[in-house]
Amino acid sequence: MTRTIFRAAIGVALFAGSTFAQQLLINGAGATFPYPMYSKWFDAYHKANPNLNFNYQSIGSGGGIKQITEGTVDFGASDGPMTDEQIAAYKAKRGNNILHFPTVLGAVVPTFNVPGVTELNFTADALAGIFLGKITKWNDAELTKANPGAKLPNAPIVVVHRSDGSGTTYVWVDYLAKISPEWKSKVGTATSVNWPVGLGGKGNEGVAGQIKQTPNSVGYVELIYAVQNKMAYGKVKNASGAYVQASLASVTAAAAKAAKTMPEDFRVSITNAEGKDVYPISSFTWLLVPDKIADGAKKKAMTDFLKWMLTGGQGLTEALDYAKLPKPVVDKELKAIAKIQ
Amino acid sequence: MKARPSGRAQSFQQRLRSGDDLAYLVTFAAALSILAITGLLVYQLYINSALSRHKFGWAFLTTRTWDPVAEQFGALPFIYGTVVTSGLALLIGIPLGVGAAIFLAELAPPKISSALTFLIELLAAVPSVIFGLLGVFVLIPALRTLEEPLRKTLGWTPLFTGPFYGVSLLSAGVVLAVMIIPFIISISREVILSVPNEQREAALALGATRWETTWDVVIPYAYKGITGSIFLALARSLGETMAVTMVVGNDPKINTSLFAPGYSIAAVIANEFTEATGDLYPSALIELGLVLFALTIVINGAARILVATTTQRAGS
Repeated sequence: MTRTIFRAAIGVALFAGSTFAQQLLINGAGATFPYPMYSKWFDAYHKANPNLNFNYQSIGSGGGIKQITEGTVDFGASDGPMTDEQIAAYKAKRGNNILHFPTVLGAVVPTFNVPGVTELNFTADALAGIFLGKITKWNDAELTKANPGAKLPNAPIVVVHRSDGSGTTYVWVDYLAKISPEWKSKVGTATSVNWPVGLGGKGNEGVAGQIKQTPNSVGYVELIYAVQNKMAYGKVKNASGAYVQASLASVTAAAAKAAKTMPEDFRVSITNAEGKDVYPISSFTWLLVPDKIADGAKKKAMTDFLKWMLTGGQGLTEALDYAKLPKPVVDKELKAIAKIQ
Repeated sequence: MKARPSGRAQSFQQRLRSGDDLAYLVTFAAALSILAITGLLVYQLYINSALSRHKFGWAFLTTRTWDPVAEQFGALPFIYGTVVTSGLALLIGIPLGVGAAIFLAELAPPKISSALTFLIELLAAVPSVIFGLLGVFVLIPALRTLEEPLRKTLGWTPLFTGPFYGVSLLSAGVVLAVMIIPFIISISREVILSVPNEQREAALALGATRWETTWDVVIPYAYKGITGSIFLALARSLGETMAVTMVVGNDPKINTSLFAPGYSIAAVIANEFTEATGDLYPSALIELGLVLFALTIVINGAARILVATTTQRAGS
């Protein structure tokens, strides 16, 4: 509280001292997953540019897309790219196009609670089978084959998933839909789905709590959440046949592989990417910026911020456990900034 | 009266009378605002759920599927979960709550009564997320130890079968019961205390024991107020969101077993609304809100009719 007052006082002092320089406020809303990163960036950028304030509301990706489509914010943010229908709706309403800018990377990891087991390998088929409700016991052949050393019990698997709509779920089921045709046709990809099996926990903490309390359970949480809470999480077999533990490096590697085939609009899913060192359940998170910003000052502020975020800003990512963008993606995005008119 | 008031007094009287009018208008406006808020609420829920209402019609109430990807929405599992958890909460909450209220108002020494009443009012102010956390970390482990005895004694009914994961309809019902008990106690106690002492004295004078006085005279007199407290408790449990979603398991399926997970209307709205994209999905969630509203009216109406018929019997 005193800090806010202190800041406000400094703000007023600066305001008075800077011969009434124009104060500019840029509003944004959307994804919750990159919120700690964004607030760090906006804070650091504001310190370097005291006349520029960012106000970011982490109301969820769906809300971010809704708000930018309604034109109530200057930029949106989403953990999943906008669909073609959503872009069409945006164009119809606003009369211009919307640009996607990847900002950082996230990953989703399988976490488990099996008494006596500390490390687990998951094949793609095992994950799909468990979440489809087809693999129901821990000593199923698909699991024992991948974990020769582990003592897997003859106990039913308790599946835990997110009950709230979230980008984490989106990335997880996007991966399952890529590796399992059955998942794709039966369940599909969205921020909430009709789960074939399992209990729902609210938020990462809900899933984590449920798993902690339920022996023989398995679920999924964000990598950052798992790292910061020192949770056990499994390795996942990637498209090149290697078991990879999620880490900042293996997540950035997934994005680097995708850079070569990156479409012009950056709307790409990087789950199940090829490559020995790639963690397969990774994803970009995006800023959604209109390609026409009528207010000249806002346009300059927005493009300047994007340039800084892609260069200086990327240096702040790893301190907060976010995986940074690979160089080729950064270069491509720097070029794309010119599209903002 | 004797003499007409003088001119000055008359104008004062007039002002007082116009003050009456003023007070009437102000309180009338306050009462009207409640009507307006309720009306606006229903109107908004109705208008914004148009898409979903047209697409699914009445089948929305009887469909068991909730699939945001295929855009197939049905409310039945949520209605079921809401009714079962609230019903369970009342089943546990009414005897405990009314019993405690009777003790505090009629039987307890005044010192104990005022201390306990203070604690109960404190309990009513605890945020629901705290009850949810207590549910997760204290109640569920406790229920796990009760699982075996329940299975042994009541396992022959369909209510206590199947695997028990901790989060379940049972856990949600018990957490809700703990949350509504303070409401029942607090209001019921006030109502019992407001029963005129003449009633008690008359009964005692006729030779009734203390308990007979309480049970046959005081309670019937306070019956309406006690049921009012139960309605309020019911409304709270039907609409409770946070505590329920933390312990109910959030699985939109219909299971007769109380050990099985379930889902409630308020919980699914809170969980899914922020990330609901497209047009139909939010519309279906809003229609769930409308369903909850209707459910509250139906249950309250049914309960009121029940009360009306039983009070007639009690009165005669």
